[in-house]
Amino acid sequence: MIKYSYIIAFLPLLSYVLIVFFFSKREKTASGIAITAVVSSFVLSLIALFETLADHGPHIFEYEWIVIPGLKLPLSIFFDPLTAVMLMVVTIVSSCVHIYSLGYMHGDPRFSRFYAYLSLFTFSMLGLVLSGSFFVTFIFWELVGLTSYLLIGFWFEKKVASDAGKKAFITTKIGDLGFLAGLLVLYWAAGTLNYSEVYHQIEENQIPAIILTAAGILIFCGAIGKSAQFPLHVWLPDAMEGPTPVSALIHAATMVAAGVYLTARIMSIIVVSHTAAMTIAYIGAITAFMAASIGLVQNDIKRVLAYSTVSQLGYMIMALGVSGYTAGTFHLMTHAFFKALLFLGAGSVIHAAHTNDIQQMGGLAKKMPITSKTFFIASLSIAGIFPLSGFWSKDEIFASIYHEGHYFLLALAVLVAGMTAFYMFRLCFLTFTGEARDYHVYEHAHESPKTMTYPLIFLAFLSIFAGWVGMPWLEHGYSSFVYFEHPHHAAANYVLMIVGTIAALSGIFLAYQMYYKRAIDPVKMGARFKPVYTFIYNKWYFDELYMGTVIKFAYWFMEVLYRFDQGVIDWFVNFVGRFGMFNSRVWQTFDVYVVDGAVNGAGFMTRWFAGGLRKIQTGAVQNYAFVIFLGVVLLMLFKMI
Amino acid sequence: MFSSDFPILSVITYLPLIGVLLILMIDKEKVGAIRIVALLTAAINFLFSLPLFFACDPSTAAFQFTEHVPWIPELGISYFFGIDGISMLMVILTTFLTPLAIWASFGSITEKVKGYMISFLILETGMLGVFVSLDLILFFVFWEAMLFPMYFIIGIWGGPRRIYATVKFVLFTMIGSALMLIAIIYLYYLNYQNTNIPTFNLELLQSSQFPIPINIQMWLFAAFALAFAIKVPMFPFHTWLPDAHVEAPTAGSVILAAVLLKMGAYGFLRFCLPLFPQAASEFTPLISILAIVGIIYGAMMAFVQKDVKSLVAYSSVSHLGFVMLGIFTFNIQGLQGGILQMINHGISTGGLFLIVGMLYERRHTRMIGDFGGLAKVVPVFSVMFMIITLSSIGLPGTNGFVGEFLILLGAFKSNMVYAVLAATGVVLAAVYMLWMFQRVIFGQVDKKENETLLDLNLREKLILIPLIALIFFIGIYPKPILSRMETSVKNLTAIVQQKFRVEEDNHKIRIISGTPMDKISLNEVGEQKNE
Repeated sequence: MIKYSYIIAFLPLLSYVLIVFFFSKREKTASGIAITAVVSSFVLSLIALFETLADHGPHIFEYEWIVIPGLKLPLSIFFDPLTAVMLMVVTIVSSCVHIYSLGYMHGDPRFSRFYAYLSLFTFSMLGLVLSGSFFVTFIFWELVGLTSYLLIGFWFEKKVASDAGKKAFITTKIGDLGFLAGLLVLYWAAGTLNYSEVYHQIEENQIPAIILTAAGILIFCGAIGKSAQFPLHVWLPDAMEGPTPVSALIHAATMVAAGVYLTARIMSIIVVSHTAAMTIAYIGAITAFMAASIGLVQNDIKRVLAYSTVSQLGYMIMALGVSGYTAGTFHLMTHAFFKALLFLGAGSVIHAAHTNDIQQMGGLAKKMPITSKTFFIASLSIAGIFPLSGFWSKDEIFASIYHEGHYFLLALAVLVAGMTAFYMFRLCFLTFTGEARDYHVYEHAHESPKTMTYPLIFLAFLSIFAGWVGMPWLEHGYSSFVYFEHPHHAAANYVLMIVGTIAALSGIFLAYQMYYKRAIDPVKMGARFKPVYTFIYNKWYFDELYMGTVIKFAYWFMEVLYRFDQGVIDWFVNFVGRFGMFNSRVWQTFDVYVVDGAVNGAGFMTRWFAGGLRKIQTGAVQNYAFVIFLGVVLLMLFKMI
Repeated sequence: MFSSDFPILSVITYLPLIGVLLILMIDKEKVGAIRIVALLTAAINFLFSLPLFFACDPSTAAFQFTEHVPWIPELGISYFFGIDGISMLMVILTTFLTPLAIWASFGSITEKVKGYMISFLILETGMLGVFVSLDLILFFVFWEAMLFPMYFIIGIWGGPRRIYATVKFVLFTMIGSALMLIAIIYLYYLNYQNTNIPTFNLELLQSSQFPIPINIQMWLFAAFALAFAIKVPMFPFHTWLPDAHVEAPTAGSVILAAVLLKMGAYGFLRFCLPLFPQAASEFTPLISILAIVGIIYGAMMAFVQKDVKSLVAYSSVSHLGFVMLGIFTFNIQGLQGGILQMINHGISTGGLFLIVGMLYERRHTRMIGDFGGLAKVVPVFSVMFMIITLSSIGLPGTNGFVGEFLILLGAFKSNMVYAVLAATGVVLAAVYMLWMFQRVIFGQVDKKENETLLDLNLREKLILIPLIALIFFIGIYPKPILSRMETSVKNLTAIVQQKFRVEEDNHKIRIISGTPMDKISLNEVGEQKNE
């Protein structure tokens, strides 16, 4: 299967084409085709996974594409265990979202188009994962950005939605600028963009360290944009305006994880460049902490989850920055499952309650048993409670940070783990337990249809068990499958496990006291730490900062420049024109009075002379005779003298 | 495909004039017949020119399908036509877009149709003549000849400020071409004096035994470059462009953007670089910086426009900056990217002007603020608009990406800072295009007039579909086009570099510069680039 792995990506593309050209009017067929395609891709990926388990590879395939003198850019596939894992993540979550959307998008006027976009996204994402060179990755990277843009703004009638789509596209594009520059640097230094060849050259020390550092950081800029890392994280919370299944698929599980995936792909740069590694680790750490702090106080169910995603992505990036290849990618996988579950659960809640505001919810557990149970499972998993998936991957991250000796980062990671547990359970308690705060909402709430709950149950299963593949006691677990250079098999560190569990439990306990028992009044807490509360409630004022400085300045500058264009450059052009006209008028005057004057003068003189001469032409013979006589006399006189 | 003495280039160039003759015979009231004849003429011409794409031998850089007849032998002026991989693409771009532009005029031009169609066909002859002429005087004749139909198209069928716009356009171009004419004559004279061969033949001048001294090269290059830079247009000679575009009728804008602007860049490729390679290298920093200023400046100007058409016009300034940057890298990637981007810009910007024209025909306004929510009212239009917009942004999978990437790669090789600055233009393009697109297409339909807009009719769809097909074709499989121009581009870089080398060794070895192109080992150059 690995040999034909492009089929995995092309099935959803085929589905997209079929839906757009033939079935845009037939909703049932359209969704059927899309689901068939993605499930088939899943099955093929599963086969490929088993093949990879037997032979880790990497398997490399190249198909000629652009070849011009001095430049070879093939379409290549690089298939290694990480590829196989990513394929599983993408196809599983995508399949769940496809099925879930049957219920969630039911009755939407653009139902078929939604499935077409989902297929297009799945194709692009699978292409990104399969690609064997930075160049091809970049192409699919942009394509997933496009589908994200289309899907965030899917309900384009809402201005906030189309604004959010545009913001996402442009913000990530800024990161992509760095990515592109990184590609140029790398190509210039290595003469190739194929993963295998680049890795080989780095291993052989053919590329100077300084260039690797530059290339690494520039390429990582792409990840900053796409994975919503500080300081380009501002687009992801806004992207929640898209339909919730989209948030689950694109903005939680897969596309935003592409940045993490890309960072994993430059691991060979990270291990040789300390500067690049530390940049990456600290950007991740800052993001993890900042987003978690914002998540503590948000009231929109999807935005809490969005900040949670940003924070968890920061976690993975931090892990990769400290060379935790296995840890970062492992958390990517477990996170994809429980975060997709959380989003789909949130979608189920929104579907029932018709509001995003958790302050208006409460007590929904009674109405929505499946949703609430699966949501709790996912929350326990993300909080890192033994023995759910999240526990193992989080522990792996702690272990790799500890192993590299970054104790500050370790402390921060533990703190963030506590915060994560707190905001997740705040969300759970406010949504599902206690009194119904809005009677109207509560009354109308109902459990979602089976198309929506089955994917929830399936993902809940994965949220519990998927992480078991990474138990430290396993001989042939995750760490001996997805690894960088050598399998790194650390012994179980019980101290870290206990520390992590304590952090998680204290977070949950605090949330329990505040939002379940109401032993501590959250409002009073907010009032007590008012400056901090206001600061994090307003998301650290990033949007205001960008609006007030960069964007405002840019707009002002462009206006000024336009005035310059019209007032100076074009003015000069018009001035030359006017000067030419003026000049012509001056010459016209000269022409009229001098040249024409001379011409007319000549004519006038002729007439004047002629008029004078005319007077002597009287026609009277005696006058002529007299003149002749006079002439003769004069001549004779002349002769005599 | 053609027998070697069949004058295919002349046929393609003058075929539109036969259409003109036919139209002259039709009564001016019979608008339908006039339109059909014009469209058919242009379409047949396209079919005639299409085989060139396959017949043009990509393995040689020599001019092909040449027709060489002495015209005024005493002065060395000849009727000399020929194409290589670069001009062949330009010819096909022209013949491809002309019928589409004419077809697009069916709806918008209802007054004085006869004169309009005649002007358009004469324009096509002029444009094709520019791309196939290899004699400087002949080139100049076509260069000037093409100006006047355009002058009428803008001046008669244009918008309210058409007279101002058209005079500005013509005067700007004329100033440049006057200097170019002087330079052509001086070049001729210089060559004649030193070699005793009177000739305006480009091939002969290029391989002339007389190396032009660098100080004179500088002046000649400057004169040619000014004419071409105005046409491109490069900053700061760009202000005629928005006016001309805004006032021109849709088809005029399409041809103006897609073909006429390319003549500037083409002029650099065909004349400036091979004739004055050392001067070109001396001027490279200046031209590259102006190109980058153009990229960023044009994008920023586009950002603040309130009229869709002037936004697209300013975006042209930005895109053509990319083309110039690519050409002046003097390496194969940059040059190929630049030439590909010339074609891409023709397709995407041509498409955008068509789209804007269709919008204008429906609403009689082009102000961004007058629209909103069109996706709901005119879905097919919106989808096509989006594809063309994305192509203009240079999204991977569309034609724009390949061109921009090659240009950036080439620019990075020659100067990193240039490449990084130019790359910001890619982001800016996304910003202004998407913002415009959002305001026009997304949101609620809040204007009553927009509620009843009609979606594209069959004619309009058929006009846009070929463009969209090409957008994807070039984006996904650019190889046929890149391989067609490859040898010519290699040859161009070889000439430029050969002359550099010769100039360096000038005092030691008495090699005469500009060895005839066939003698240069192309592989050698290719390998050199690979290092």
